[in-house]
Amino acid sequence: MPERPSLGGPPSPHPIRLAHATDRPATMMIARRSLLLASSAAIASAALPPLVAPARAELVVDVRRGNFQPIPIAVADFVGDPEAATLVSGIVSADLGRSGYFSPLDKGRFPERPTFDAAPNFGAWRPTGAQGLVTGRVTRDGSGRLKAEFRLWDVVAGQQVVGQQYTTGAASMRRLGHIIADAVYSKITGVGGYFDTRVAFVDESGPKERRRKRLAVMDQDGANVRYLTQGDSSVVSPRYSPVTQDIAFMSQPSGQQPRVQVINLETGTRQVVGDFDDMTSSPRFAPDGRRLLIALQEGGNSNIYALDLASKRTTRLTNSSAIDTSPSYSPDGAQIIFESDRGGKQQIYVMGADGSNPRRISFGQGSYSQPAWSPRGDLIAFTKQQPGGFAIGVMKPDGSGERILTEGFHNEGPTWAPNGQYLVIFRDPGGQSGGKLYMIDITGKVEAPLPTPSFASDPSWSPLLGGGSAG
Amino acid sequence: MRLATTSGWNAALKVVAAAGLALAISACSSTPEQLADGSAGGIGGAGGGIGAGGPATPGSAQDFAVNVGDRVFFESDSSDLTSTATATLDRQAAWLARYPRYRFLVEGHADERGTREYNYSLGARRSQTVRDYLASRGIPASRMRSVSYGKERPVAVCNDISCWSQNRRAVTAIEGGASS
Repeated sequence: MPERPSLGGPPSPHPIRLAHATDRPATMMIARRSLLLASSAAIASAALPPLVAPARAELVVDVRRGNFQPIPIAVADFVGDPEAATLVSGIVSADLGRSGYFSPLDKGRFPERPTFDAAPNFGAWRPTGAQGLVTGRVTRDGSGRLKAEFRLWDVVAGQQVVGQQYTTGAASMRRLGHIIADAVYSKITGVGGYFDTRVAFVDESGPKERRRKRLAVMDQDGANVRYLTQGDSSVVSPRYSPVTQDIAFMSQPSGQQPRVQVINLETGTRQVVGDFDDMTSSPRFAPDGRRLLIALQEGGNSNIYALDLASKRTTRLTNSSAIDTSPSYSPDGAQIIFESDRGGKQQIYVMGADGSNPRRISFGQGSYSQPAWSPRGDLIAFTKQQPGGFAIGVMKPDGSGERILTEGFHNEGPTWAPNGQYLVIFRDPGGQSGGKLYMIDITGKVEAPLPTPSFASDPSWSPLLGGGSAG
Repeated sequence: MRLATTSGWNAALKVVAAAGLALAISACSSTPEQLADGSAGGIGGAGGGIGAGGPATPGSAQDFAVNVGDRVFFESDSSDLTSTATATLDRQAAWLARYPRYRFLVEGHADERGTREYNYSLGARRSQTVRDYLASRGIPASRMRSVSYGKERPVAVCNDISCWSQNRRAVTAIEGGASS
């Protein structure tokens, strides 16, 4: 697994600073403007110096395999503006808990409410078993702008691991919590964060014979649900751009062929992609967001095309008398993974980004579909159909090392978190019931439901909102 | 004329068959009346069970659905036409030749035992198979449109083959006159 970033590893030389801030200016804009957020969404950040001399950090968890134990951590009630401080520290605690890699300490066992400008009483915290302690302060200035500061303490070593402050408009209060949770998560796991993200999905309501399917987007913790279509056309297969706030999806008015469209969340513009006579389906953005892979129906066959969004130029990539669909780029853009029934049943194939040298990589029992290349590059997620149901699994890009992460009657539609550590899938028990979203991690040890207002399917994870691509 | 001479026996058999289908659907779906909506485009109700008990005006969309049979069924993960399907399509072709004023829409559907994207293409492949067959029986392509609904519009909802087998289908929906 050459692309995998180092996880844990030897302690960093001190002073320890937030890993992803060390190569950047002390103050920077890490969010882009968006319609979904108020115009004051930009969030500035700066590192905080340690209050006590740092020693060696030991607060790490290796999440590469399923043999880890969640790290006990306490997220103290933040001080400052009461409403904002309580909300932000609550989000930090909830995010860390749902990740499966942390075990937040119950508030009833907190020995003190630490102030922000002094070191906590480590002797009082050690008996709680908490290895990490997050303290923080959220304040509001006269214009309503928020400043959030936090420190992560290693309780055992009695030292500050990282400290950071962020400023933003009042409308981004929840994001402050997610960004602090990302900083804590990535510092301790060595894996990039994923809490400051959204998930697009298909909201489903009504009887299954006439189910209304709308495009929706929400924060990864289920907050701030927004509906992007009204249900007059049926919408499926949303795919988030890995670098922008564009979402490609299939839209089908009743009695008409489905067409791939792209909606931009910042401008609200929505357009049909390409000019084709027949159905277009199964879109997926290139890593740079400038091209789109689609499946174009050609009579009884389906072939994969690349479409340059600026020039509208299209390039045919497969030419088979089969159903080729569900394409997905490798994170370097050099290869494409897709499913095809050219050999009889659906199997996973990989080819060059120009369509060269297609070769099959899935050889297990059953059929394989919906391959999705991890943004970290190391794994392919897939849906596997076998007697007894639809499983979700991962394999290496050469097809080796297959592992099933969840099984059941109907699991479908894996989408990667930008850090390559989690998938969101949907699970539909069938009948008049409907899909629900679940987050699972690549060790197979973590599974957590994502709350949605109604039935939900076809999740697609956004990139980190603060910029920087996946991984 | 030939249609007329055999219509007595055939119509009686069709009504029985349609009623049987309606019962099968009722067993799975709590609201069989919604079938007409579920098969968009039909002006008289394209559902196989709709109007099974009543007389249909010859040449009407209801006549087509009830007395000819507006749908064919497929084996799992297949778009090959069964002998039952080709017999139905032969009757559809005869009816469509007799009433050339109609355009029609061929809807391709899949059951829920497949992934979403694949099932859209499988539905398209099934509708293409039906179009090709009707064309081979002399129906002009200019009268046909096709659409795939993938697995998004089941007519029967349960976790059982009795439902899946009804959902793997291609429905010929009469769209109205003023063509050819």
